[in-house]
Amino acid sequence: MPSSTARTAHFVADLDETPVTTTIDVVDETQRARSTWGDAWESMRRRPLFWFSSVLIVFILVVAIFPDLFSRVSPNTGCLLPDSNSGPEAGHPFGFTRQGCDVYSRVVHGAQASILVGFLATAIVAVLGVVVGALAGFYGGFLDGLLSRVADIFFAIPTVLGAIVLISVLPDRTPLVIALVLSLFAWPQIARIMRGAVLSAKSADYVMASTALGVSRFRILLRHVLPNAIAPVIVVCTTLLGTFIVAEATLSFLGIGLPPGTMSWGADIQQATASIRTAPFVLFVPSAALALTVLSFLMLGDVVRDALDPKARARR
Amino acid sequence: MTQQETAPAATARRAGAAPLLQIRGLEVGFRTQGGFVPAVRGVDITLESGGTLAIVGESGSGKSTTAQSIIGLLPGTGQVTAGEIMFDGRDLTKLPESELQDVRGRLIGYVPQDPMSNLNPVWNIGFQVEEAIKANNVAQGRAARQRTIEVLQEAGLRDAGSRLKQYPHQFSGGMRQRVLIGIGLSSRPDLLIADEPTSALDVTVQKTILDHLDTLTRDYGTSVLFITHDLGLAVERAEQLVVMYKGRVVEAGPSREILANPLHPYTQRLVAAAPSLASRRIQSARRPETTRHLDISAVGSIDEALIARADARESAPAKELIRVSDVSKVYRIRQGGFRHTELKAVDEVSFGIDRGTTTALVGESGSGKSTVAKLVLQLESITSGSISVDGKDVARLKGKDLLDFRRRVQPVFQDPYGSLDPLYNVGKTIAEPLEVHDVGDATSRRARVRELLDQVALPTSMVDRYPNELSGGQRQRIAIARALALKPDVIVLDEAVSALDVLVQGQVLNLLTDLQAELGLTYLFITHDLAVVRLIADNVCVMQSGRIVETATTDEVFDAPKTEYTKRLLEAIPGADFQFGR
Repeated sequence: MPSSTARTAHFVADLDETPVTTTIDVVDETQRARSTWGDAWESMRRRPLFWFSSVLIVFILVVAIFPDLFSRVSPNTGCLLPDSNSGPEAGHPFGFTRQGCDVYSRVVHGAQASILVGFLATAIVAVLGVVVGALAGFYGGFLDGLLSRVADIFFAIPTVLGAIVLISVLPDRTPLVIALVLSLFAWPQIARIMRGAVLSAKSADYVMASTALGVSRFRILLRHVLPNAIAPVIVVCTTLLGTFIVAEATLSFLGIGLPPGTMSWGADIQQATASIRTAPFVLFVPSAALALTVLSFLMLGDVVRDALDPKARARR
Repeated sequence: MTQQETAPAATARRAGAAPLLQIRGLEVGFRTQGGFVPAVRGVDITLESGGTLAIVGESGSGKSTTAQSIIGLLPGTGQVTAGEIMFDGRDLTKLPESELQDVRGRLIGYVPQDPMSNLNPVWNIGFQVEEAIKANNVAQGRAARQRTIEVLQEAGLRDAGSRLKQYPHQFSGGMRQRVLIGIGLSSRPDLLIADEPTSALDVTVQKTILDHLDTLTRDYGTSVLFITHDLGLAVERAEQLVVMYKGRVVEAGPSREILANPLHPYTQRLVAAAPSLASRRIQSARRPETTRHLDISAVGSIDEALIARADARESAPAKELIRVSDVSKVYRIRQGGFRHTELKAVDEVSFGIDRGTTTALVGESGSGKSTVAKLVLQLESITSGSISVDGKDVARLKGKDLLDFRRRVQPVFQDPYGSLDPLYNVGKTIAEPLEVHDVGDATSRRARVRELLDQVALPTSMVDRYPNELSGGQRQRIAIARALALKPDVIVLDEAVSALDVLVQGQVLNLLTDLQAELGLTYLFITHDLAVVRLIADNVCVMQSGRIVETATTDEVFDAPKTEYTKRLLEAIPGADFQFGR
């Protein structure tokens, strides 16, 4: 127990134990420079989920671009009706469809259309949403009112429902057309997110500082506001890619997606439902491929969100 | 050591010689990705029953962590690794969570720093106070409601009964802090921990709140533990002082004695850097006879040529560079529907600034001082009146002339965390004005960036660093370097040092003074901190609700204030009359 006098005495710490650095606020020059994007990469790099989903996505992309590397069997020629719905055999690991075609080969070749529609639609939505959202958020006023109302109108229509109606009157159903139709009803989501992010980025002090430096409004939007507002859009786009692939499958399932000649997972799932009781594996394989693809994009979206959300990063 | 004691025994003990709070050898650390980081390293603190103690130190010194470990509310991965916190005969570090919960709130009250974020915006004030009262078992049911009103009245809310149903956003910052003090004191705790309780408030509000806290705690016999960075506040409100540095106590004892006669070199430096009304303007090399004992940046050599140039400038008749005449700014505020109300933020303000001098614009929040800064910078349009720089009316500038004006008048803003683009590295940030104004080529720009970093005393290796890696002071120096890039005549500093620790603040103020002497800069310095004004300004304009109420030289304003308002502002500065031992 220290005596009571110790409490009122003037205590001074031993100088050797508490050395005072002579310089104030010096820069630690030993540390490596790290940018915000560099930080995000560092954070993603450490997550097993990131590598798992990335490897899966790369694999799916390779399959989609070079299907012939994975299957020598033709998916739609030389199908023999006697093979209809028969189970796996040598050279045909997943058996045959109702038409007698190789299931494995169809799934491999069907990837292309699904992935293409997903990427095209995401790209269109991202560009359209970012441009509209950025203009509305940054310039505000009448332009904001006009663009936001237009976005609201499209936002009010359910994507798949709108797509069904629109596609039924279109003469042509190429992947590009399907992607365009899907993005027509999905861009307002991105535009809204972008508008909100731009609104908060444009009120930052560095924007005011740049204005005072003489930077023009448009250059501020391009050089300061956009880069600082883009992160949430990237996150949502990663997730959207998955949902677009599902949407394409849904449309194909309903028979109004890609034209009958084109192979796609949705169309195959639709055809397999007819024999779901006799040959469930014919339904299962394309469904699993679809689910796995969507899942890997969703997982990637999750990792990207964690990496780009500064609050989530601070917690770790 | 007794862990479990019955209440009467504890009270008896307290009546004796044992202190209310005794921290011995406290060690606290945080687990991070890079390993275990110690934050508090062997701290001893003793607080008598009914006494007041202040822990001072800069950010990162461990003062808040110490306070948080007392009430067992360490954030995130923090944990107490050694030592004991004896409170009223019990060691709080060994208490199970359930018992600690009882101590927290009922026996130890806590007033947090930020009144803006520490009240839940979706519940009304009455509910939040009542919740605290019920949780601490002070009263229940109808009695709790009655007690709520009492607590708020005690906290200085006059019409407490009718304001119970109001929400936090309907209260001013000062009022909210009163509510938080009311909650903290609602159960008549033995100890109140006030963590920077007034650092977000204006000085006059701060004074009322602290006076009020004094009265309440004296009436109840509550001990108070202040956590603060303000030495003036510490000496005025606390009997005992503990100075912390890098997680250790470097000096402790009676606050007046320590601050009048600081013995540890760190305390000496803190005291030397603390701006107070007794301080004098920081002199740069241009007035050599005063530099030796006043210049805390220890600028060694005195450049003869520089002094000669400064002398020549000073002997020449002062030339007015900025003239603000009868300037008003009116904001239209939408009132729902199509109705508008008008808010006169700046009301017929006039003043002039001579070339090469510093004019400070002081006032409390809402006085319109920052709006004047934005008007001078032409970031907002002037409603009526005119501002001219070097004889040119700034409101009429367009295109090339406006760009030229931007080159000559540069800003440095308050928030060092907000004014730099997080995606731009230091080199890109400083080079941006050069690019925009098409100065030089890539090579010469790089050279200029290095030169500027040198001017603000930062290593040139910093060019590829990003703002998130820098401290507040470093960021502010980058912002100053950016402002200097185009060799401006005028720099508008809007609360440029308010967010910084005292030592860093002193360093930045010195830098500004040196740069002024070297480059002949003219400063418009906007601040709420009168003590800082004394360190840097030649002339002062005091603003109150949009108007300038007093304009004079710095010495006149401080030694012989003419208006009531200025006097009140000066009196409210904590520790104003205390003579720090420098």
